[in-house]
Amino acid sequence: MDKNRERMLVKGNEAIAIGALDAGVECYFAYPITPQSDIPEYLSRELVKLGGEFVQAESELASINMVLGAAACGKRAMTSSSSPGISLKQEGISYMAGSELPAVIVNITRGGPGLGGIQPSQGDYFQATRGGGHGDYRTMVLAPSTCQECYDLTIEAFDLAFKYRNPVLILGDAILGQMKEPITRWKQRTIDPNEANEWKLTGKKGREQRILKSLFLGDGEMEEHNMKLWKKYKSMEQDLKWEEFSVEDAEVVAVAFGSIGRIAKSSARKLREMGYKVGVFRPITLFPFPYEPLRKLAMSGKRFITIENNTGQMVEDVKLALCGVTDTEFFANMPGKVSTPEDFIEPIKKMF
Amino acid sequence: MSEVQEKQVFSLPKCMKDVPTHFCPGCHHGIIHRLVAQTIDDLNLQDTSICIGSVGCSVFIYDYIDVDTVEAPHGRAPAVATGVKRARPENFVFAYQGDGDLAAIGLSEIVHCANRGERVTIIFVNNTVYGMTGGQMAPTTLVGQKTTTSPYGRRESKEGYPLKMAEMLAFLEGTAFSARVAVNNIKNIIKAKKALKKAFLVQLEGLGFGFVEVLSACPTNWHMTPLEANERVEREMMEYFPLGIYKDKLKDKK
Repeated sequence: MDKNRERMLVKGNEAIAIGALDAGVECYFAYPITPQSDIPEYLSRELVKLGGEFVQAESELASINMVLGAAACGKRAMTSSSSPGISLKQEGISYMAGSELPAVIVNITRGGPGLGGIQPSQGDYFQATRGGGHGDYRTMVLAPSTCQECYDLTIEAFDLAFKYRNPVLILGDAILGQMKEPITRWKQRTIDPNEANEWKLTGKKGREQRILKSLFLGDGEMEEHNMKLWKKYKSMEQDLKWEEFSVEDAEVVAVAFGSIGRIAKSSARKLREMGYKVGVFRPITLFPFPYEPLRKLAMSGKRFITIENNTGQMVEDVKLALCGVTDTEFFANMPGKVSTPEDFIEPIKKMF
Repeated sequence: MSEVQEKQVFSLPKCMKDVPTHFCPGCHHGIIHRLVAQTIDDLNLQDTSICIGSVGCSVFIYDYIDVDTVEAPHGRAPAVATGVKRARPENFVFAYQGDGDLAAIGLSEIVHCANRGERVTIIFVNNTVYGMTGGQMAPTTLVGQKTTTSPYGRRESKEGYPLKMAEMLAFLEGTAFSARVAVNNIKNIIKAKKALKKAFLVQLEGLGFGFVEVLSACPTNWHMTPLEANERVEREMMEYFPLGIYKDKLKDKK
């Protein structure tokens, strides 16, 4: 069987780990936390076999800073965690954004606040899409909704991280991380030793010293740096991603991301069987958010309902997208609750 | 009259930039930077070194030592060094940290880095205060010492005792070399240089983690003249922080 087209039945977490391997990850540093521990378990076995580096760090702080060090050397580096652990990583993520270092950071979210629980939640949307740590920065955020997308988007995340020299977040959740589905493995592991030639640290032999830092004290330096970063974040709009499901003739469009986006699609199918014209708009890049595509849909007179596994976070972006054209209803599915397609049928029906 | 033959016996290390430093008069950072630079030259490591800068007075190390450098968040230099060394084991990797950075906010990172026996070298500057932020109490502040946040003097009953990092880290299996040195006089400077060389060599020979703690003066925050501060290093610091080599796997190997 062609290994390039290998079919596998795996968990979402494993699909991410496999995607990272095929994307050419060379360094992976992490700390155990439920519900993402399948990722370090998988990579501690498989990455090391391929000659990569794995360290089970003493803390989330240490793991993200190991990633910072490996990224400074131009390596494809990754860490993964779940909500409370991602909070601890924010310091390092901010420094990496400030120092313009690429890395992939996976957040298989769980319920919060605080220790919360290990059940699913989309409560980290604000943290993910607004930078998360201190300072005026953004990370690109990709939100898969299937195991195949976990694999595909992890591969893409590495390419985007290096394209923009910026951390890229994969925002999954406990449902996605723990469910099993078949995936098609389409990429063979390749490592491009030259992709960071312009800036990586190797020792200064034969060239000027390189300094990777986020400290800018000189007159006007920080202003200039922030301007540069801001332009970079704006330019990420060229890589906007979203899915439109049955929206063409839809009267009502449900806006939902990640696992909830997928469940909403099942609800839409059921509603269509009952005669209701329902579609789904699923943002895949949460930062940058697909404001324009959503606004375009609104211009054609559709009505909207935003559904999230939290008490209302993405709905603010949806409102910004629709501003001046229409508004959106909101259905809150509390963190900790595993939703079924039936849960969304009544709230959507009410729109008719 | 016979011509005098001149021989240059002292110059700027090759990897040190010919620029004035930002350090206060009487600060020992300049001497320690120079010793690190000399050791890099002696072992011919300028082309292969990767330095991890830390947060504090030493944050501008990349302005003075001409090697590739990445800046770490406060206290995290040993974790960043781990990432760098794992990514590029062929490079010489060192970090330069102060006492607040290493012994307070970064205590976990330094202990685990040493315990893993990471092949990295850490230079630790102990001047008993947070220098950059204005002389607050550090984990190394001596009992009774007045600082801006221990205005009545450090009390063992409330603030505990100064941490002895060179001894603590020597205790860990992963540590291949650990020493405490000072740069308050010529004799100690020569010893400090020897210790630095060994801390570099344990990395180069793959023996494990290398650590040198350097007692350092901070005249500005001690409210002393440079000479008084230099004397305090010997009079007060060495009594609590004894100089010496606490672990030496190079020697054990022989």
